Amino acid sequence: MLNSVSSLRSPSCTTSHIGLPVLLVCAALVLPLFNAVFPPGHPLHLSLFVVNLVGQIMCFALLALALDFVWGLLGVLSLGHGIFFGIGGYVMGFHLLNAAYADTRVLPDFMQFMGWSTFPAALQPFAALPVAVLLGLLLAVFVGGVVGLAAFRSRINGVYFSIITQALTYALMLLLFNNDLGLGGNNGLTGFTLLAGFHLAHESTQVALASLSAVVLAGVFVLLRGLAVSGFGQAMVAVRDDEARLRFLGFRTDRIKLAAWCLSAAVAALAGMLYVPQVGIINPGIVSPTLSVEIAVWVAIGGRGTLTGAVLGAVVLSCLKFWLSAEIPSAWPFVLAGITLLITVALQHGLWGGLQKLRIWKAAS
Amino acid sequence: MSQTTALYINGLNVRFGGFAAITDLTLEIRYGETRALIGPNGAGKTTLMDVITGKTRPNSGEVFLDRTLDLSTRGEAEIARSGIGRKFQKPSVFEALPVAQNLELAVRRGLGWGEMVMSRLSVAQRERIEEVLVTIGLQEERQRKAAELSHGQKQWLEIGMLLVAEPKVLLLDEPVAGMTEAESERTIELIASLRSPARAIVVVEHDMEFVDRVADLVSVLHEGQLLGEGSMQAVRTNPKVIQVYLGR
Repeated sequence: MLNSVSSLRSPSCTTSHIGLPVLLVCAALVLPLFNAVFPPGHPLHLSLFVVNLVGQIMCFALLALALDFVWGLLGVLSLGHGIFFGIGGYVMGFHLLNAAYADTRVLPDFMQFMGWSTFPAALQPFAALPVAVLLGLLLAVFVGGVVGLAAFRSRINGVYFSIITQALTYALMLLLFNNDLGLGGNNGLTGFTLLAGFHLAHESTQVALASLSAVVLAGVFVLLRGLAVSGFGQAMVAVRDDEARLRFLGFRTDRIKLAAWCLSAAVAALAGMLYVPQVGIINPGIVSPTLSVEIAVWVAIGGRGTLTGAVLGAVVLSCLKFWLSAEIPSAWPFVLAGITLLITVALQHGLWGGLQKLRIWKAAS
Repeated sequence: MSQTTALYINGLNVRFGGFAAITDLTLEIRYGETRALIGPNGAGKTTLMDVITGKTRPNSGEVFLDRTLDLSTRGEAEIARSGIGRKFQKPSVFEALPVAQNLELAVRRGLGWGEMVMSRLSVAQRERIEEVLVTIGLQEERQRKAAELSHGQKQWLEIGMLLVAEPKVLLLDEPVAGMTEAESERTIELIASLRSPARAIVVVEHDMEFVDRVADLVSVLHEGQLLGEGSMQAVRTNPKVIQVYLGR
């Protein structure tokens, strides 16, 4: 953990930290460029599947970034970031239902099954996209704020906090499974057609969404890194290393934790909002405890406390998962378990920490 | 209480379940003095520090800073900001941060969000950090991570983190525990240099030679009560003190 923070400030790796957002922005430009230049059928014309994959992975990386901000830097392990991802996703779902209804004038299937004849008034505030995005972020910050306020003020730390967040995820999933809630039960929300006037089924829309996800990831990365190297980041690291010491120096550590926590919740919600139009569905599976634990695994394997490591972990593991689940589906759990064990034993600072060591070793020899 | 009273503890009682950690303790500490708190384990020394700094709430009694500011109802951060700095028994520094950043962090307390994120330190704040680095003898180590410091250097750094905030009352819990002879000597000089008419220093320590050299007055605690108070010489010859503590 110590090394991971030293790499935050050591000048040797500043370039690579600028490198990641630059890389992401390039990817965001390359995607549409390739598909504009090369005609469909050309090997370099990326299929909708690949474009979608890239976009989804960007969302996962954003999610990992959100978790690393609070786990790696603040020392607060959340096993419930799926809650905020889900909040963002469902809110985007509400908006897309509105847009689809305005487009087709047909009520979504699940509403018809419930015997409803009109579009529910409760979902109408989400009709305008900017309002929906704002409401999604606010809702995530509000839920995060309530959980954080209660936990941090009562000084619930460490594994107890993690268990509470895990339990909350499970509770929210059970709630969403409930058909009477009017959010589609276990089928979730689907049947989306339009986003901001663009057809979701069109390749160009999906390319744009994947590019947007990469740009948002780059922007959030720059923002969070800026915070990490500021005085606020110093205070976060100090909370992680010795919260009592910081409190007795005169800091309201509960407020520092709450602010970082709420920001992380908002980032996770943003990831959910970008994710849903790319996969075309949102269901309670997204707030299953499994996904929330998976995020922590991405961050742990990528390397905690550097933000870059989190993005790396999410990208590498997601690619591996997509590839293996298609090729040899039964192998994935074993491969994942193997990687986790290997990292724990051999690379305690994760993949990124390992790369840094390799670089230092190369520079020295 | 007089004009020079820094800390006034009156009729303090602290119980943990059925155990009386502190019973009817009254203590006055004045500006300009260095006071030692001694007593066997379980005498209530650390509990007293916990109460003063807001970590433990007393069952009854009052703790005043500057005769009027009641500390017993305030939170830890607020008490620290009102001018009480506490060094813990176990060296508590932020190991992942370099020495200079440990001190910077201590300067940043009480800042608003905007200042915390955006501002660079002012010239006065930078100068203060330099001054403290010299005082604690860690100028050469400023860029080293706190984790790489020796045990003694960590103790000095922790004292430095308190000093940048110019505390009125400095509470030092076993500052020389685990130190080498040379480090103890250096710490005695450091504590002597921190004396000021605008500051009260309270030291908890088991090392009697150390206490004799740094303290003006010694308060002996035993089972949560004040057993005796006076100069080291007077305390040494106090029969009650000899019986429970020094005579063993």
